[in-house]
Amino acid sequence: MKHIRNFCIIAHIDHGKSTLADRLLEYTQTISKRDEKAQLLDDMDLERERGITIKSHAIQMNYELDGQKYVLNLIDTPGHVDFSYEVSRSIAACEGALLIVDASQGIQAQTISNLYLALEQDLEIIPVLNKMDLPGAMPEEVKDQIVELIGCKREEIIPASGKSGMGVFDILRAIVERVPAPEGDPRGELQALIFDSVFNSFRGIIAYFKVVNGEIRKNDKVKFIATGKEYGADEVGILKLNQEPRDVIKTGDVGYIISGIKEAREVKVGDTITHVDRPSTTAIQGFEEVKPMVFAGIYPVDTDEFEELRESMHKLQLNDASIVFEPESSAALGFGFRCGFLGMLHMEIIQERLEREFDMTVITTVPNVSYKAYTTKGDEIIVNNPSDLPDPNKLEFVEEPFIKASIITKSEFVGPVMSLCIQKRGVIINQSYLTADRVELTFELPMGEIVFDFYDRLKTISKGYASFDYHQTGYKQSDLVRLDIRLNGEPVDALSSLIHRSNSYEFGKKICEKLRELIPRQQFEIIIQASIGAKIIARESVRALRKDVTAKCYGGDISRKRKLLEKQKKGKKRMRSVGNVEIPQSAFMAVLKLD
Amino acid sequence: MAGIYIHIPFCKKACHYCDFHFSTSLTYKAGMLDAIRKEIVLRKSYLRGEAVETIYLGGGTPSLLYAGELTQIIDTIGNTHTVSPTAEITIEANPDDLDPARVRALRATDVNRFSIGIQSFFEEDLRWMNRAHTAQEGEDALKRVLDAGFTNITTDLIYGFPQLSPEKWTANMEKTIGFGIPHISAYAMTVEPKTPLASFITRGKEAPMNDLQSARQFTELMNVLRSAGFEHYEISNFALPGKRSKHNSNYWNGVPYLGIGPSAHSYNGDSRQWNVANNAKYMSSIAEGAIPREIEVLTVSNRINEYLMTALRKIEGIDLDHVSAAFGTPYSRLIEADLRQFTGNNWIIKSGMRFTLTDEGKLFADHIASEIMVE
Ligand SMILES: Nc1nc2c(ncn2[C@@H]2O[C@H](COP(=O)(O)OP(=O)(O)OP(=O)(O)O)[C@@H](O)[C@H]2O)c(=O)[nH]1
Ligand code: SF4
Ligand SMILES: [Mg+2]
Repeated sequence: MKHIRNFCIIAHIDHGKSTLADRLLEYTQTISKRDEKAQLLDDMDLERERGITIKSHAIQMNYELDGQKYVLNLIDTPGHVDFSYEVSRSIAACEGALLIVDASQGIQAQTISNLYLALEQDLEIIPVLNKMDLPGAMPEEVKDQIVELIGCKREEIIPASGKSGMGVFDILRAIVERVPAPEGDPRGELQALIFDSVFNSFRGIIAYFKVVNGEIRKNDKVKFIATGKEYGADEVGILKLNQEPRDVIKTGDVGYIISGIKEAREVKVGDTITHVDRPSTTAIQGFEEVKPMVFAGIYPVDTDEFEELRESMHKLQLNDASIVFEPESSAALGFGFRCGFLGMLHMEIIQERLEREFDMTVITTVPNVSYKAYTTKGDEIIVNNPSDLPDPNKLEFVEEPFIKASIITKSEFVGPVMSLCIQKRGVIINQSYLTADRVELTFELPMGEIVFDFYDRLKTISKGYASFDYHQTGYKQSDLVRLDIRLNGEPVDALSSLIHRSNSYEFGKKICEKLRELIPRQQFEIIIQASIGAKIIARESVRALRKDVTAKCYGGDISRKRKLLEKQKKGKKRMRSVGNVEIPQSAFMAVLKLD
Repeated sequence: MAGIYIHIPFCKKACHYCDFHFSTSLTYKAGMLDAIRKEIVLRKSYLRGEAVETIYLGGGTPSLLYAGELTQIIDTIGNTHTVSPTAEITIEANPDDLDPARVRALRATDVNRFSIGIQSFFEEDLRWMNRAHTAQEGEDALKRVLDAGFTNITTDLIYGFPQLSPEKWTANMEKTIGFGIPHISAYAMTVEPKTPLASFITRGKEAPMNDLQSARQFTELMNVLRSAGFEHYEISNFALPGKRSKHNSNYWNGVPYLGIGPSAHSYNGDSRQWNVANNAKYMSSIAEGAIPREIEVLTVSNRINEYLMTALRKIEGIDLDHVSAAFGTPYSRLIEADLRQFTGNNWIIKSGMRFTLTDEGKLFADHIASEIMVE
């Protein structure tokens, strides 16, 4: 146990965690040249395509320093705010963290929030100044920021580059010398903390754990404390590039267990594994349940595919326990599911995975946050779908969720950032200078105003020099109204949204304009109206189909025209008729693209 | 039965709306003509010995060539292919090239059909389009070709551009009819990407085309030409009895054709292919004996869609019995179901298993075609 080191890599998004992990794996010869590819641990197709980490990834390395052999368990974590729960789980399995800071960008919002997560768990922090190879690196300035932030000594910061390999041996030495070995009682009753679980279609559900006390052997009879379920440990092992079975996983080490678990729900990340025969009575403190932030309806484009969609959602949930869903129905779209997501990126990813992995074509409706409505009778109703809002005559008041947001930017952008937040009904609660020209602004904002396009707008107004982190603080009463959309007089429930009264006119106008752009011309004119209750507040129309006197068909070039028309036809696949109007998928997301 | 298309990639000047492949420099004309003749020889088996019923000299502007140069090309075809003695041989000609000597010289070749690029009889329209010819040259050319004894003539007219008033449009049609021209191809002005016209419009120098104006002038076109005895046999083409273009009809009927020259397209029943649209690349590749082409093998659905798209534009319309026989009844059933909405709103008339566009439907031909295409 003295020679085990458990550490994770944390940072703001894109500061180079996964690339540095590649180098560590390479310098410890955990991977051979043959396996090498960039961001090796990002093994999901989506991660590779988007170049971001979505899921934490644990892997074990062996390393010899000054004649002594060590086992290093590394966990690479995602930087995107939607997935910060992945970071907290990983941290719980570690005694140390590499805090990576991009030398050209300096400290950003998730650098700070992830650092605090690590400090809460008393992790030893090793600051790494990464991307030193970049011409835009500002080592001295960023070192100042780091010293200021964590109160370390300047010399403790390791200059490095995941590209060139600079500093990699220094990092390995620091891990051995500075990260404490895990503590625990090897002879104690078994307590192993489950920090992650994955689903493999061949092997079923696999739980990842860290042994805090005692040890776990193959064929042991084990019990999961929170669920109370008992299993045989069919296989235990360590996490190398592939899973490697072992007879025993000892105190302080990280490993995996396969035990014939059928349902993803049986494994609660944060649960404690113990022995059936010699159980520990206490569980290790687990994690807060991950709460979805954004809700949206997911409907099959083809109404016959509802059951297939249900099946696919269940399968998806096996390896992403953070999605929640329940059936709902919409007058416009038929049967589908109301789904909860961690954020917009998460929602996009789920939609993409449904399409790719399950070949489902789906429509996603306008996303919203979760509101609380109080009726005149005094009941509290959770409103995850605008159409669940009680009628005005039964409604006492509505509460909406608020967040505390931290925005780090350059001082020259303070003005625009302030006006953006104020426009979003935000209230500033703190402003502090991190260095002479870098400011951290703290706002209280309604969550409904920031989950959609806020970050994009923030980046635009600050020319990319702003980062953003938030957490939910609670609910507050708010003057919200339901804005409905009608097409040729028919209300389309899937296009309704809840919105603050002060913004409703402006919003109604913009959404009508956007829909006019997105709904293709049809054989008749389409009238688009926005209304609050019976009152129409905005109107637009889509002219009937263009009389398109067909263009010259050049000589024998029949292919070109055919391809053009075939493509038009393909675009139709994602349309859904509501009444007699065909609405493309993009229209349901129109609210997200208002500016 | 088969056709041959020859692309002559040269023009005097560039019309502002045009996105065909051509060069305005004639410096390597001789080299290009050599390459074209060489390609004809290289591809002598493409048509698998089918009799050549039509030859079409297009471009670009083939009337820039001397009669002798045209004869060399036609002879090369004759030496490599079985050309029917009654073959239709068309040349695209611009009025400014059709001086008396050139028309006389053409009389001595095998060319027996003219396609003359009139576009408009109004000087301001021709200047706006940046055409090479004047209004006077347009009229003179028609007269000269008729006087020389050619009877198979078609002219191109363009409508639907902002400065073409309804009166001018009617005048253009009547003048053409007045000359006794037996075939008219009329095109709505289309703004093709990467043309000068497109860039004028994006920069706000020119007004965009107006679809209602085009629709009105198209309707006027149908009325005027039909009352003058023309058959509206394809959406953009009108002919007096017996004067339809055989070459173009073959394109729309799925007859194989061999396309020679840069950017030319060919079709052999199974695949379509097209030569590189670049004169230098074309010539250097042909010099090495290689055809610089891209090829597309047609899937069943591609072939059905091509049939639907071209048949819909013709007076005969779509024949679902043909679709059943050639591709299977499941397809014809799918298409019939998709067609129902258009028989319902009177854009299409159904008679037996034949579906033809109504005048109103012709305004939405592209939309309808894409709606009924199969996957
Ligand atoms: N020049 C330079 N580029 C680097 C270095 N490390 C990473 N990058 C680049 O920075 C980008 C992000 O790298 P990743 O390793 O995926 O970053 P990450 O922190 O894992 O990102 P997330 O997991 O999505 O938060 C990639 O384009 C890398 O090629 C470095 O040391 N130098
Ligand atoms: S003459 Fe014909 S091919 Fe040449 S530029 Fe004009 S329209 Fe195009
Ligand atoms: Mg990563």
